[in-house]
Amino acid sequence: MGAIADFLGGPDVVIAIVKVVVAFAALLVATLLTIWFERKVIADMQARIGPNRWGPFGVLQTVADGIKLFFKEDVRPRYADRWTYGLAPVMAAVPSFLAFAVIPFGDHVTVGGERVDFIVSDLNIGVLFFLAAGSIGVYGVVLAGWASGSKYPLLGGIRSSAQLISYEIALGLSLVPIVLVTNSLSTVDIVAAQAGSVGNVDLFDGTFLQGVSELFEVIPNWYIWSQWPAFLLFMIAGIAETNRAPFDLPEAETELIAGFHTEYSGIRFALFFLGEYIHVVVISAMAVTLFFGGWNGPIVDEFLPWIWPVGWFLVKTIAFVYLFIWLRATLPRLRYDRLMWLGWKRLIPASLLWIMVTAVVNVNPEGVDEQTLRSIRLAVFGALFLLVLFVVAKGDPRLKQVVTPERPRSRRAQKQGVKSGSS
Amino acid sequence: MSLDVIVFGAMFVMTLGAGLAMLFARNAVHVALLLVLSQIGLAVAFLLQGAFFVAAIQIIIYAGAIMVLFLFVIMLLGVDRREVLDEPLRGQRPLALGLGVLLTAQVLYIAWRGVDLAFAGTGEAAIQEVNSDPGNVLGIARVLFGRYLLPFEVTSVLLIVAVVGVMVLTRRMYPAAPNVDTDIPGTEAEEVAV
Repeated sequence: MGAIADFLGGPDVVIAIVKVVVAFAALLVATLLTIWFERKVIADMQARIGPNRWGPFGVLQTVADGIKLFFKEDVRPRYADRWTYGLAPVMAAVPSFLAFAVIPFGDHVTVGGERVDFIVSDLNIGVLFFLAAGSIGVYGVVLAGWASGSKYPLLGGIRSSAQLISYEIALGLSLVPIVLVTNSLSTVDIVAAQAGSVGNVDLFDGTFLQGVSELFEVIPNWYIWSQWPAFLLFMIAGIAETNRAPFDLPEAETELIAGFHTEYSGIRFALFFLGEYIHVVVISAMAVTLFFGGWNGPIVDEFLPWIWPVGWFLVKTIAFVYLFIWLRATLPRLRYDRLMWLGWKRLIPASLLWIMVTAVVNVNPEGVDEQTLRSIRLAVFGALFLLVLFVVAKGDPRLKQVVTPERPRSRRAQKQGVKSGSS
Repeated sequence: MSLDVIVFGAMFVMTLGAGLAMLFARNAVHVALLLVLSQIGLAVAFLLQGAFFVAAIQIIIYAGAIMVLFLFVIMLLGVDRREVLDEPLRGQRPLALGLGVLLTAQVLYIAWRGVDLAFAGTGEAAIQEVNSDPGNVLGIARVLFGRYLLPFEVTSVLLIVAVVGVMVLTRRMYPAAPNVDTDIPGTEAEEVAV
């Protein structure tokens, strides 16, 4: 063992390799379970049974599907671009794996005197790495759409490049407040900042409401309490990034057959879905890391103390995966122009607004007394509040009527004569 | 041979190979993809210098956003067939040749003097120093929002002006289209197929 470790470049390298292999395997297993979970949950919501043949509760169904896809004939359309067609599924799957590298999925464990942190790589720019992996992931869908040499995939690809670029901005901006509060881009620091309980709320001290203060000792110190607008923005943009319902326009089966993966079959098709489900798991894990305290949990027992944080992390992540599935079973798909409207006119301004609020509240310049600071904060809040009121009161014309660009008038309208011009 | 050297070699081959292949590729989409590859290679080069922040920004902005927009335009306009090799400007090629030689000379000079110019002759140690104490996120922030604040702000104004200019120039001035759907009684706006 020692000789192998030395050959590879010391224990650090061995630990890194083991971590990568374990994370890779865990994500593959997570994909199998997530697909099964999704089919079961949606079946349940639609009063069906779902997969129930292979293994207990049909849990091996995905394995069977995977084997089938693996041995299927690999079909490539005649007008497909050879290299790009092969590259696209890989580009869809790999970045999702990469993004998991910066997610801390547990505390640490000491093996043979070496400290092993439960994170593949604690980069000091972890949050940016997550965004970078997401931005590379766009290529999978875009290239698949173009390379298939077919109309529907091309439409899906173009849609997705517009959608993913738009929502990537909102996703990035929704992470900024967290970075501002934590004062660090590292995911490990973000989790560490959420340890413990809310605590030290001395508002009710000395009164008969003393018990309320003690109640705050139990509530965990998660960012969700102070940063819930950022969380909402993150979740909406995150779901859009995974291309899932209600943002699954790139593969809208009612309009585009199957969108960007219409021409794909066999193992290449499987790779797209591997990428998508890992992306779901990674976005869920990221939501847990950023807003729900990561691996922090109420109970850490003496028995195997390292396994409890991993357990808490898994429980929270599975809850978010359930949310993804629930949304898919519930919500209809957005129309394309509404999608763009939501992304550019609502999510991005809202996240910019929230960054401003967070920055102002957290700023603490030296030499300025608390009184002035409070006045400034109040003034800014007041201005923002007025702004929000203005936007809400003005409303959006799209909510009231359809704004149609130039197009031939319908026959019905022509029969009605000039009346239609009066709006 | 240390790991750094191996990674540097791979990065070198990848970046330069992609750059060269880009010049000879026929298909516009392939050219764009090779450009992405060489940009990722550059990100690796930044990583080797310990500049994690710059590497991440390189991937997010260039490989992730700008090149996707390039592809979007290429796909949307369908210019993936064949390139037009005419010269819209006369004397373009000799001029390009001359400027190319000038640029190459500059690059070679920088590569020769390189680190000495930037860090007054301290080389590797200077890089370590820059990346260490405040970290390069803080370091970049201090330089960008301190010493170079004015150029930074002027650049952002320039970009805004460009965006607004494009919007003004490309906006079609047609009279407000009569809204046929909302005036017909009993027709729900949402049900109209476009």
